[in-house]
Amino acid sequence: MTQIFGIPVQALMGQLMLGLVNGSFYAVLSLGLAVIFGMLNIINFAHGALYMMGAMLAWMGMNYLGLGYWWALLLAPPVVGLVGVIIERSMLQWLYKLDHLYGLLLTFGLALVLEGLFRSQYGVSGQPYSIPEELSGAFNLGFMFLPKYRAWVIVSSLLVCFGTWFLIEKTRLGAYLRAATENPRLTQAFGINVPLMVMLTYGFGVALAGFAGVLAAPALQVSPLMGSNLIIIVFAVVVIGGMGSILGSIITGLGLGVVEGLTKVFYPEASSTVVFIIMVIVLLIRPAGLFGREK
Amino acid sequence: MNKNLNLIGYGIGFVLLLIAPMVVYPVLVMKVLCYALFACAFNLLLGYTGLLSFGHAAFFGTSAYVAGHALKVWGFPTEIGLLVGMLASTALGYVFGSLAIRRQGIYFAMVTLALAQMIFFYFLQAPFTGGEDGLQGVPRGKLLGFIDLSDDHNLYYFVLAIFVFAFWLIYRTIHSPFGQILKAIRENEPRAISLGYDVNKYKLLAFVLSASLAGLAGATKLLVFRFATLSDAYWHTSGEVVLMTLLGGLGTVLGPVVGAGVIITLQDELSDKVGSWVTVIMGAIFVVCVLAFRRGIVGEIAALLKRFSGKAPQR
Repeated sequence: MTQIFGIPVQALMGQLMLGLVNGSFYAVLSLGLAVIFGMLNIINFAHGALYMMGAMLAWMGMNYLGLGYWWALLLAPPVVGLVGVIIERSMLQWLYKLDHLYGLLLTFGLALVLEGLFRSQYGVSGQPYSIPEELSGAFNLGFMFLPKYRAWVIVSSLLVCFGTWFLIEKTRLGAYLRAATENPRLTQAFGINVPLMVMLTYGFGVALAGFAGVLAAPALQVSPLMGSNLIIIVFAVVVIGGMGSILGSIITGLGLGVVEGLTKVFYPEASSTVVFIIMVIVLLIRPAGLFGREK
Repeated sequence: MNKNLNLIGYGIGFVLLLIAPMVVYPVLVMKVLCYALFACAFNLLLGYTGLLSFGHAAFFGTSAYVAGHALKVWGFPTEIGLLVGMLASTALGYVFGSLAIRRQGIYFAMVTLALAQMIFFYFLQAPFTGGEDGLQGVPRGKLLGFIDLSDDHNLYYFVLAIFVFAFWLIYRTIHSPFGQILKAIRENEPRAISLGYDVNKYKLLAFVLSASLAGLAGATKLLVFRFATLSDAYWHTSGEVVLMTLLGGLGTVLGPVVGAGVIITLQDELSDKVGSWVTVIMGAIFVVCVLAFRRGIVGEIAALLKRFSGKAPQR
């Protein structure tokens, strides 16, 4: 058996792939946070809860309605997005003129409400969600077995991330969005409906979280608590990367996932804290974040 | 005139607290006092300096664990145990503060939250904390070597003394020139800088003071319940202290005390009746506070009084 630094290649590659899978979730979630922050100036604390909601919806669809994984992937994100639109219209829109901190506090309260509701219904134990037939099994790459589902998570997240990047940077709608981020009043004066764009942005951002939740359902356990610990790591990812650039969030998310995976191989005790340690180092060396701009 | 009225108000409150254990279960009042102290320490930072720390549970929990270890394993006297716990949270506050003030606004909140989560994971794995079981059976010991604190009433007056001392300290801080500078930073940081104040130094000092007092609250809570658990250091606890302060009234002297009283009583009443709905209710209070009730209970009352008397409310 070939070894690298005394670690079997199989184990190393396995953890590397797991790291990339987690990194994909970090990337999609921090991308959603960054899109929302750019437009609304609000850090969406409910992001983790909405990610959990995506996974729970997939599980509920399977159990109550007999809808399979592909239907869940198609339907859950728009449903989560709709919930987001309702949240934005009924609550968030009243906070834009206030200190940004109130947005954080409100969404924190919403996260508690959502988590508590699902917990009172389904308890804290994880619910099993099986991998769809088309994606079960593994590719034999010669030096390692690559489970098809992990490959699917990485590829589809990357596609969604780059789709979002294309939408914002290369299309007319994206140009409006960037204009509204830069100067909402002037954009409004040009006849663009900025409040509508803000609403859609929030809906789109949380739909990304819902999408990540469905992707995570077969890979991790579906439980009402799955979002709350993840969101704190994603916050650290956002602090490390800075929210200035979309590509920055994607690279930071994937990169940190890989670092976390490698830590699991070489020094397992630190694997749950390594992202936070990197955050501390980045704060010391480059306080604005790797891709951030001082504002 | 107004100052005298205030003094009378505090006097009545103090007397009520003195006789409280004869009417109410003392452990509940002690729990309220601990969390009230925690919330007051937090309010010093958010209400008076404008810094939202989402990681204050780290100081609360660290102090509880360290004080618990000092009392149980090293067999320190009670007072020294509390001081050691406080010292630990003060040191941690210095480290967190120096890192977090490098970023502003919501980034500050995210950095403190992430740092606190790191401490949480450390406690989860560290051998001396007892992992999921927590640190149990911590002896309360004897105060000054002869007052037996295992009696709830003796402990109550000790806890009350700690609370009154810390509350006085915070009150003095808020009304000192130092407190005025903190308020100036909250209102307009660039202007405070242009007036020649070393803003980061003041922020750090406020952060360390707040962490240290939050630590005192954590160590006192340890004495009351004789255990320290992971939930002391969990982010839910950080959220709770934000909620208490917000509900009572940001930037009011008494707000955090009122908020802690309401939240703790509510949790105590509801926890066996509705189970995990408590989280939903706490979240809903959060939402309502932010949307419709941003001044909090004490802030609203002060605003009402102002409207009736036509005078400025006393902060």
